Amino acid sequence: MGQTITQKILARHCGQKSVNPGEFIWAGVDFTLGNDITAPIAIDEFEKSGFAKVFDRTKIALIPDHFTPAKDIKSAEQAKRLKTFAAKHKIKHYYEVGRMGIEHALLPQLGLVGPGDLVIGADSHTCTYGALGAFSTGVGSTDLAVAWMTGHVWLRVPETMRFVFRGKAPRWVSGKDFILTTIGSIGVEGALYKAMEFSGEAVHSLSMDDRLAMCNMAIEAGGKSGIIEPDAVTAAYIRKTTGKKPKALDLKSDKDAKYCAVKEYDVSRWEPVVALPHLPSNVKPVSKVGKVKVDQVVIGSCTNGRISDLRISAKILKGKKVDPRVRLLIIPATQEIYLEALKEGLIEIFVKAGGVVSTPTCGPCLGGHMGILAEGEVCLATTNRNFMGRMGDKKSFVFLSNPAVAAASAITGYITHPGEI
Amino acid sequence: MVIKGKVFKFGNDVNTDDIISARYLSTIDPKELGARCMEILDPDFSKKVKPGDIIVAGSNFGCGSSREHAPLAIKGCGVSLVIAKSFARIFYRNSINIGLPIIELKEADQISSEDELEVDLGLGQIRNLTKNKTYHAGPFADFVCQIIEKGGLVNWVKSKAIKNEQLESKNC
Repeated sequence: MGQTITQKILARHCGQKSVNPGEFIWAGVDFTLGNDITAPIAIDEFEKSGFAKVFDRTKIALIPDHFTPAKDIKSAEQAKRLKTFAAKHKIKHYYEVGRMGIEHALLPQLGLVGPGDLVIGADSHTCTYGALGAFSTGVGSTDLAVAWMTGHVWLRVPETMRFVFRGKAPRWVSGKDFILTTIGSIGVEGALYKAMEFSGEAVHSLSMDDRLAMCNMAIEAGGKSGIIEPDAVTAAYIRKTTGKKPKALDLKSDKDAKYCAVKEYDVSRWEPVVALPHLPSNVKPVSKVGKVKVDQVVIGSCTNGRISDLRISAKILKGKKVDPRVRLLIIPATQEIYLEALKEGLIEIFVKAGGVVSTPTCGPCLGGHMGILAEGEVCLATTNRNFMGRMGDKKSFVFLSNPAVAAASAITGYITHPGEI
Repeated sequence: MVIKGKVFKFGNDVNTDDIISARYLSTIDPKELGARCMEILDPDFSKKVKPGDIIVAGSNFGCGSSREHAPLAIKGCGVSLVIAKSFARIFYRNSINIGLPIIELKEADQISSEDELEVDLGLGQIRNLTKNKTYHAGPFADFVCQIIEKGGLVNWVKSKAIKNEQLESKNC
């Protein structure tokens, strides 16, 4: 029986020739991640356990990105715990504000995750790295602590759902629209416990930034992971970020691999979509949303804070003004992206348009800080969740879209197709 | 282990922001988190709930973030057990890992708010004392049983000479 790419990666990490869905494995991890919200619990568990040393100080990232730059004293204390632990255990990949970026943008950019790797992170959007051909999944803080102790994680081998995207995507349709449409079609538990394998020529013609945005939201369909087989785009990205020859590029699902479901989509007639409150599956084409006024637009997050997201936003905002009653917040996901946006003149375009540009932070996405909504306010965000009260008051409303729709809507003051600008 | 308590009923897709909003994640103290548990869906939940009470919900309970604060908040406000038609996977493993009992039950929608339940975790038997009905949950996998028996993942790790070997996946 053939194996999917996910089965192959899991088998390699538990010393077996093959693994079957449903099987429990104790798998070795290549890289682990925690942030200022999840790592403090892991640090507590690690310190209580009596283990003196972490399994490998070079395979741990501690990224204070959620409530930083610290929004209050308690958040500062949590970030400090990461810093202290990192110093004690000589953790190689600890990044202080100024070098820190949003974790799921930073790790790929630093070349710390790659094809064939098994990555766990105490953050649900750890599934992002599947875009590079890794098996990568979100876990809890205790899982993270145990991985620091043992270098291993317990996993139940998931069944794989295959999603085939055919055709050529029209202008303005991005990886974000691929994944939102998928979630809209299968629902928020449509891929519960499953690996989501994205394939087809439409996926393989996406940029790496778009692929990362796509795999990032596998969790929003309940998925354990999202994955795209490595190709030339993957190879070019890895060469650029690591300066090294990529490995495991030949990893593919076998032709006779078993899938629990196969879904096919033809993207050639798609248009950008918007997820309406309060579920990411509540998806409509932007032209069918009606005239929804917005109070705030957020362009950023681990889903859409990458350089190509900022480029397309700047293209739309250039020479235009943000609607007088709208707040536009733009959050480059890492310092490198920020610097690149500066060099390319994107930041100037944003500021001249009347937007604000923030230091990298997860801030508003999870209702932490830097853009909390008041009662009755409406936000269009390029983030990943629109649950009730997610970004502020429980009577506020979050709509999700790609960056082009978000930029266009900031100009008009209501949810707008970028083609109208 | 037998748990007896009153039911607090919730719907489908209860997410981790519903269970504990991100604005309260600047603490890891279960009691502090517990005081804010389920605030978005029921502002008085933490005041009404008594030690031993049981949350019953529909499908995809705990969807959203990986925050272990969610099961910690549920434990912290005194809830002894969560029964749902299905669980989001990170919430599921977090609960197992921290020793919060959870049960997947197809018949979860037959249970109503305020019902009294008596649950034998070992047998997977749920007796609805109010409705005079009995339901049976599927057994946990053997590996999951081992973690529960040890009182969580860290204790399980400490109790074992961990080797890179295949875990037994037969049911217990």
